[in-house]
Amino acid sequence: MKLSTETQTGAELQWHRIKLIENPLIRNGLALLAVAYIFWSVGSLEIEWARVAHGLPRAVKMITRMIPPDFGRWQLLIRGMLESIQMALVASFLGMCLAVPLGICGAGNLVPKPVYLIARSIIILSRTFHEIVVAILFVKIFGFGPLAGILTLTLGSTSFISKMLAEDIENMTPGQIEAIRATGANFPKLLIYCISPQALPRYLGVSIYRLDANIRHSTVVGIVGAGGIGQVLAASFSRYDYDFSLAILLTIIALVFLGEFFSNWVRSQLR
Amino acid sequence: MLEIIRLSKVYPTGTVALQDVSFTVDTPQVVTIIGPSGAGKSTLIRCINRLVEPTSGKVMLDDIDVRSLNRRELCKVRRRMGMIFQEYNLVERLTVMENLLSGRLGYVGFWKTYRRKFPPADVVAAFKLLDRVGLSGYQDTRADALSGGERQRVGISRALMQQPDLLLVDEPTASLDPKTSRQIMRLLVELAHEHGTPALVNIHDVGLAQSFADRIIGLSEGRIVFDGTSQQVTAEVLTEIYGEEDWSTTIRKIEEDNDQDTQKGASKHKDRMTRETAA
Amino acid sequence: MTVRQNIEKYPEVWHRFSPRETLMRYVWYLGTVFVAVWSISKLDIPWFYFLDAHVQAKDLAVRMWPPDWDFANQLVKPLIETIHIATLGTFITILIAFPVAFLAARNTTFNALTWFVGRFILVASRSVNTIVWGLLFVAIFGPGPLAGIWAIAFRSIGFMGKLVAEAIEEIDKGTVEAIEATGASRLQVLWIGILPQVLPVIYGTTVYRWDINIRESSVLGFVGAGGIGILLYSSINQFMWQEVTVILIAVLGVVIASEFLSATVRQRIS
Repeated sequence: MKLSTETQTGAELQWHRIKLIENPLIRNGLALLAVAYIFWSVGSLEIEWARVAHGLPRAVKMITRMIPPDFGRWQLLIRGMLESIQMALVASFLGMCLAVPLGICGAGNLVPKPVYLIARSIIILSRTFHEIVVAILFVKIFGFGPLAGILTLTLGSTSFISKMLAEDIENMTPGQIEAIRATGANFPKLLIYCISPQALPRYLGVSIYRLDANIRHSTVVGIVGAGGIGQVLAASFSRYDYDFSLAILLTIIALVFLGEFFSNWVRSQLR
Repeated sequence: MLEIIRLSKVYPTGTVALQDVSFTVDTPQVVTIIGPSGAGKSTLIRCINRLVEPTSGKVMLDDIDVRSLNRRELCKVRRRMGMIFQEYNLVERLTVMENLLSGRLGYVGFWKTYRRKFPPADVVAAFKLLDRVGLSGYQDTRADALSGGERQRVGISRALMQQPDLLLVDEPTASLDPKTSRQIMRLLVELAHEHGTPALVNIHDVGLAQSFADRIIGLSEGRIVFDGTSQQVTAEVLTEIYGEEDWSTTIRKIEEDNDQDTQKGASKHKDRMTRETAA
Repeated sequence: MTVRQNIEKYPEVWHRFSPRETLMRYVWYLGTVFVAVWSISKLDIPWFYFLDAHVQAKDLAVRMWPPDWDFANQLVKPLIETIHIATLGTFITILIAFPVAFLAARNTTFNALTWFVGRFILVASRSVNTIVWGLLFVAIFGPGPLAGIWAIAFRSIGFMGKLVAEAIEEIDKGTVEAIEATGASRLQVLWIGILPQVLPVIYGTTVYRWDINIRESSVLGFVGAGGIGILLYSSINQFMWQEVTVILIAVLGVVIASEFLSATVRQRIS
């Protein structure tokens, strides 16, 4: 044991000297470029340095106003949080359901080319815009409130889960699919007997991860009026109620912490 | 039974995999197809059940022209052809029993498939086959927990669960060690004979092919260059299939192997037969 | 022979799952549906909004078309600023995320307390959305790209730190032991033994996060934190939907280009 460790030492040490980019000229050139970029970009940004100079004292002031966090309005806080959680749950559920057909259609090894291309472009398009932008459009169409928020989160969940599902199906060993097709199984049976058992654990894992993410995202769609705790948070900021803001932020952090615990537990159960 | 008429396959890339391949299998015999890699062996097997669409020619199973079938009819014909693969191609996360029963997918309805409710006769047949291939007690083991040899036994059982009229076997032993290879080939040939099912077996190992085949077809660059019994395989034949090489050692080794093996195989086969008739 | 026949009676039924497992499965199905339905019913959603949704959507579409192409000239500068915010934010992230990941990885942290602190920073960073970080930093630095850069950086620390910490936890222990055996200090172990092993992960996640950050920095302007978002927000508020279309198309182009670039670089690395 001892001997093997010792013999390893020299070889391993040398091995780690291998650089990502072999050519020193290119490597150092890239580093130089990066430094040049930083100077250029910082120089070109319009930053009011006078204002920034006040930043530190302002930050101190803000923090002193934040501490201690004010949980006095806990009813408002709980109501907002509950709304966010409910939005996240509904959106995750809808996303899970919608992602199955979309994910299957986005798997190039299962469906004809045109179906694949359509499904993939839907997935890509719905991923491009930040949820805030989507939320604004939905608020315009469906009015203020949680409905716009749910739809925003559903869109995000669907595209995320279906992208993962499609990639997962594409990465399956083609042999299994071929073998089940060779037994004379039709497409639905292929899905139920071969694709679903192979893809299910990861699909559930991704869905639960997405639930976690939706809780986080649901805090922000509220800022543009799409319901949930975000609305309360934005209001507290605009009224300079920083102590209440901190209370909200801490609650969100605690919830995300719990959500992570829960999703880890479920994923360990799935094997 | 199976008739291949002037079958050709050209891939979209322009590769010509098969050219005018014709042959007939009309008795329950084990036909091995030998040839160098890239000769079109896999393509030939897959053209028969249309996992690969042939470019031209005909595949006749009894009176059915396989190429003219629509999707639905194709499923019905596919369930008459059991297929065995080099990489076993089991559904990894399913149990051994589920993998065996997947051979019945062509017969069982969707909802029953979903609930894994297969007819009693299928379940009995599956347990019987498990016993026969030496895997009794493994029904609830997941396929990804099996060794290579065990997986191939499940693969063979799955194909036989279809009660096929024809076995299509693609390099069944290429991923196995030499000893397991022989065991698997022997099992395969025995089972094909027991069920009276003709089998088309792709194999690149000339020794194994000669040991177990009733008939050998040699494929080279997409054409049939030899069709005969294992005794007829000579150095000249091998040269025609694979190209110039000193074949003397290969052939001698085969003949020795052959002797030993046919004896062992025959005695074992007899053993099995008595057991089978007793049952 | 007769004995043998009896033994060879094979079972006629076979169940994949025990009745309990089957029951549990249906309990999960029902539970999931119940939770979803309960949530919806609690949210008191104005369903009648769906009735005129298509009218509203059509109205919006009509107002958005055709794009006001003349407006495109004004977009170049804010777009570059958006990219700068994302890139500089990502740079800062690298500097902060690695030490934090070092604390948050079980095999390199000092003690239980430092581990907890590391984990807390990571979770806190990820729980707070970039926009919310933006709100905070605008309050500190005033409106402008600097607030955006810090918002991007603070949100990305959690993302990168988590992935790097996981990578540190999975590194080859032999190398670290070997370097410790040479009598190296803790910092040297970190520098020679650990950093080179996780460097590919750092590069990969950096590029990946940069691509996400482009998307995020495009909306930071909504809270005044610089970039194209400022224009987008004002155009929306003034109902200049034809300008909105142009901005959205521009953002679409930049996001897709950055995604493509990041995918190519990541492929090169691995």
